[in-house]
Amino acid sequence: MSKPIKVLVAKPGLDGHDRGAKVVANALRDGGMEVIYTGLHQTPEMILEAAVQEDVDVVSLSILSGAHMSLFQRVRKMMDEGGLKDVPLIGGGIIPDEDVKKLKALGVSAVFGPGTDTREIVRYIRDLFEGNQSKKAD
Amino acid sequence: MNPKLRASLAESKKEYLKKVGQSPVQDLDFTTVSGEPVEILYTPDDIADIDYMEDIGLPGEYPYTRGIHANMYRGKHWTMRLFAGFGSAKDTNERFHYLLRGGQTGLSVAFDLPTLYGYDSDHGRAVGEVGKCGVAIDSMRDMEVLFDGIDLGEITTSMTINGPAIIVLALYAANAEKRGIALEKLAGTTQNDILKEYIAQKSFIFPPEPSMRLVTDSMEFCTQHMPLWNTISISGYHIREAGSTAVQELAFTLADGFAYVEAGIKAGLDVDEFAPRLSFFFNSHLDFFEEICKFRAARRIWARHMKERYGAKKPRSWLLRFHTQTAGVSLTAQQPENNIVRTAFQGLAGVLGGTQSLHTNSMDETLGLPTEKAARIALRTQQLIAHETGVSNTIDPLAGSYFIEAQTRKMEQQAEEYFRRIKELGGVVQAVEDGFFAREIGKAAYDYQKAVEQKRKIVVGVNDFKEGNEEDEIAILRVDDQVEVDQVASLERLREMRDNGAVQAKLQDLEAAATAGHNVLPHLLDCATAYATEGEMTQVFKKIFGEYKEPAYF
Repeated sequence: MSKPIKVLVAKPGLDGHDRGAKVVANALRDGGMEVIYTGLHQTPEMILEAAVQEDVDVVSLSILSGAHMSLFQRVRKMMDEGGLKDVPLIGGGIIPDEDVKKLKALGVSAVFGPGTDTREIVRYIRDLFEGNQSKKAD
Repeated sequence: MNPKLRASLAESKKEYLKKVGQSPVQDLDFTTVSGEPVEILYTPDDIADIDYMEDIGLPGEYPYTRGIHANMYRGKHWTMRLFAGFGSAKDTNERFHYLLRGGQTGLSVAFDLPTLYGYDSDHGRAVGEVGKCGVAIDSMRDMEVLFDGIDLGEITTSMTINGPAIIVLALYAANAEKRGIALEKLAGTTQNDILKEYIAQKSFIFPPEPSMRLVTDSMEFCTQHMPLWNTISISGYHIREAGSTAVQELAFTLADGFAYVEAGIKAGLDVDEFAPRLSFFFNSHLDFFEEICKFRAARRIWARHMKERYGAKKPRSWLLRFHTQTAGVSLTAQQPENNIVRTAFQGLAGVLGGTQSLHTNSMDETLGLPTEKAARIALRTQQLIAHETGVSNTIDPLAGSYFIEAQTRKMEQQAEEYFRRIKELGGVVQAVEDGFFAREIGKAAYDYQKAVEQKRKIVVGVNDFKEGNEEDEIAILRVDDQVEVDQVASLERLREMRDNGAVQAKLQDLEAAATAGHNVLPHLLDCATAYATEGEMTQVFKKIFGEYKEPAYF
């Protein structure tokens, strides 16, 4: 029996737009995952702490404020230095294509923009762990 | 309806419904964007119990269903007011001048997140956010630049600011005074609607109770010194954007409005003194008729409650004046030019609903802040509605439609049902603390998402008609990271140049007034004039009031 995939859904920075984060959190839960939602106004430090404490498999950020370049970069760096180098970082929000490319180069695994079908996110996360049963098997 | 017609209609309608019930229908959800069922046909019997004079009446007359002015748009068109702000005060000042040259008739300021949360640009929490989703304002110095070359005695300015609204109002007013414009001449709006921050927009700073005290302080001060200022813009916009239905937007917004009225009365103010300066702000979403009915119902509900429940005597107190913004959440990143069309429909609904001012979204807002060109098209959309479509020639042209009147009444009844539930929960603040609004809105948002994913609702370019999604590329406005560097440097210079002894003295006076329960606004004006920063003033309040932390659930 394998444990469900555990995802941290986090709202970094001062952005208060939480509709998307909550919709995604609901969809991931309905997709059979265990979801930890941080709530609003998280600093990169708080996100790392929650990710470590909850021992999550994926960290996802939702940013609609335009501060995505700075925030994704800081969270990724903090995760790398904080022992979560192998934990994928994904996200979504108002992020232009040009920035998506830059974010991927910085180690962000996937970015889901406006209009994304939530089932696509569920599938993406599942695929990350398929064939990696050693991590998920009990 | 006369009995003969009633009988003949009942018979015919029965036959009709039987016949139509057997005919094939498309496999679609025949509901509004809020998921409300809509009948295939409305006839006189659907509005048989509506009394024209009692429930609808004439424009400019109680209960104002048809509009708040007797002459509506023949007297003057709605104010064309585009929400604008990005980068530095100088960047935004240039955009303001561009929009005014293009025929815009009022200003609306979008602040960046650090400003919305009362953080100065050099605060640790501001890193990466300065000037990104609005303009960075730290002190009166930035206000001087922001409104350079604009006559504050003539223009009306709306400011979307809530947690620190009273502080930013002081910065604005102090700047006007410095330029020799009397406070009583200042016209405009501070959003200052803290209740909906806890419900939806989430840019709160202090807990609800002291926040409400800051709201009543500004109501009291403006009543005495700034009679043309709208002290609160009671907002459904963000509730709707967060995912609520149209009825929830209507009900939660008006419930907030009633809570402010009750707070004002409790603070010892006369309802007829402050109610005329309350204004509203609604979303205009995709479902054309539902929105129009919502605006009409809102006016009627407000008038009835103000007159009958709160005993307001001045007709001005009964009027629900409102600003409208088209639905940002309805815009798609796919084929973004289609957003121009969506926005035009939504703007038209706002006008047919009798709005007093309108913001039309730019097509690029799912990608970034508006470029100059996108903002111009948005403004032109309003000018097209005003001058080319002919819809403003006659007042409330959809009144009397069986559908419109039946739906307006239904929404009024559904809103009343929510008022009862909120009352049972112990009022708005209690309902916030219980997570009632968050649950209702979160559920509606997720229901809608599922409807789209199951293709019960079609969104052009998103779940159907996707051809062309790859080829549409439009220009995107980028806010340079240098803005933050420059803003921090300029703030540093300000802290060196100003009389810091005077700043400290004024901040201490502010603290004493806040602690003693005196009206803080005169002290904020003194602080602003001495170039105290927004962050320093906010810090004084944080020390006394504490900070609000929202429980996290989804």
